[in-house]
Amino acid sequence: MKEDANGSRTGSVLLLDERDNVLVTGRPLRRGQVLEIDGDRVETLSDLPIAQKIARCAIRAGDGVIKYGVRIGTATAAIAPGEHVHLHNVKSDYTPSIRADGTTAEKDS
Amino acid sequence: MNGLRGYPRPDGRKGIRNYVLVAYLVECAHHVAREIAGPLRDEGVHLVGFPGCYPNDYAQSMMRELCTHPNVGAVLLVSLGCESFNRTRLEHEIQAQGRAVQTLVIQETGGTRATIAEGRSWVAARRAELDREDTVPMAVSDLVIGTICGGSDGTSGITGNPAAGRAFDMLIENGAACIFEETGELIGCEHIMAERAVTPDLASELVASVEKAAAYYDTLGLGSFAAGNAAGGLTTIEEKSMGAYAKSGNSPISGLLKPGDRPPGGGLYLLDVVPDGEVRYGFPNINDNAEIAELIACGCHAVIFVTGRGSVVGSAISPVVKVCANPDTYDRLADDMDVNAGRILRGDATLEDVGREIRDNLLGLACGHKTRSEELGHQEFILTYKSFEPAGPSCLPAF
Repeated sequence: MKEDANGSRTGSVLLLDERDNVLVTGRPLRRGQVLEIDGDRVETLSDLPIAQKIARCAIRAGDGVIKYGVRIGTATAAIAPGEHVHLHNVKSDYTPSIRADGTTAEKDS
Repeated sequence: MNGLRGYPRPDGRKGIRNYVLVAYLVECAHHVAREIAGPLRDEGVHLVGFPGCYPNDYAQSMMRELCTHPNVGAVLLVSLGCESFNRTRLEHEIQAQGRAVQTLVIQETGGTRATIAEGRSWVAARRAELDREDTVPMAVSDLVIGTICGGSDGTSGITGNPAAGRAFDMLIENGAACIFEETGELIGCEHIMAERAVTPDLASELVASVEKAAAYYDTLGLGSFAAGNAAGGLTTIEEKSMGAYAKSGNSPISGLLKPGDRPPGGGLYLLDVVPDGEVRYGFPNINDNAEIAELIACGCHAVIFVTGRGSVVGSAISPVVKVCANPDTYDRLADDMDVNAGRILRGDATLEDVGREIRDNLLGLACGHKTRSEELGHQEFILTYKSFEPAGPSCLPAF
């Protein structure tokens, strides 16, 4: 992604803050698509719609997930670079999140 | 850009609309009130009301602020007759603000048919009078603008919300008062937000308001986080909060308001929407329109609504400018959207471009332009039970 003083935000994946350990998809990605992340070639592991998070680096279970430069939750499993980061491997440090089927994220993780 | 015009009100505020309001004071009067407003709903006659039969100080003061809002020129109160709402007090408060006001009590007017007939003729006469009223020039510093986000997804915090924040910064620079809200959606960013407070005491109040929200939602067992948020890529309330927080922009935070408090001057304010005291009446805000109504009760002339999943709502009383954060959603719902912030992700605009477009859109509302939701007839409104303590002295330090 490129970002300048006027706030351009475009690219396949966006890095919102230098401190982040996740990237955000700026357009839909297909499984197996090769991305360059910090100089490394990383293959996406699943199809992903827009605005999803993928790991920028290896994240261990129990590590904080950092987006916008701040902690947005805790990893509940090890996450590989390029892997989708969402309810299946992250939980809130505050209150549980609801899934589309009505269950809460923490109960079945 | 100027040429802003408004309707002057006795309290010094100016309205960018001049609506007749029909207000029911209990659900039992809702149908009659709706029938009265119905024929002129596209001609500037709006419907609001409170459904409860039991008294509530919050609802009483919300109704006072809404019925004396600068966008309102005349008010018809519709009462069944036996509800607890203090209609006499409300009528006097509206009268004191120089607005035409009339109360119809259904039980004393001969029932449904007779009240609808009498109400319609009163409303039509006021509408005709208001249509002859003149506007006066208005400055950006006369404006109060609110912002909310709803139907949020992962794009909201990247495009629409930070663009709304830039619009806020531009308006505040020209003296406007801007209000952001939903303390339950600021959980996790209370400390970085507090650093922007104009005094240390206000900083503590900001943190306390978010801690109150966290405790409140904790008791309920659920955060302010809907299934659609997760489907749109948001994982936790902290993540949703950081995205929502971006719509506050970068200006210093001048104060903390409770619903119905008017900002005492220009600058940026946080609206604390979570009730005080123990959890009593369920969810703090049962939907987006409950928050929009509270922003309007604080005097907002218009509200910026940033959506990712694609909300279509508008509001009674004040126009709602819808900013679509997600480019795919915009493609599906363009007819409902005022601003396409999703084009930032496609490389067709910057945050700065979209921020300016949002600001120009808002200023255009005071030059006769209408929002998409106004054109489509959206006039959603909801008001339910809540309870608040007055804001403390450190909440408005500069005034």
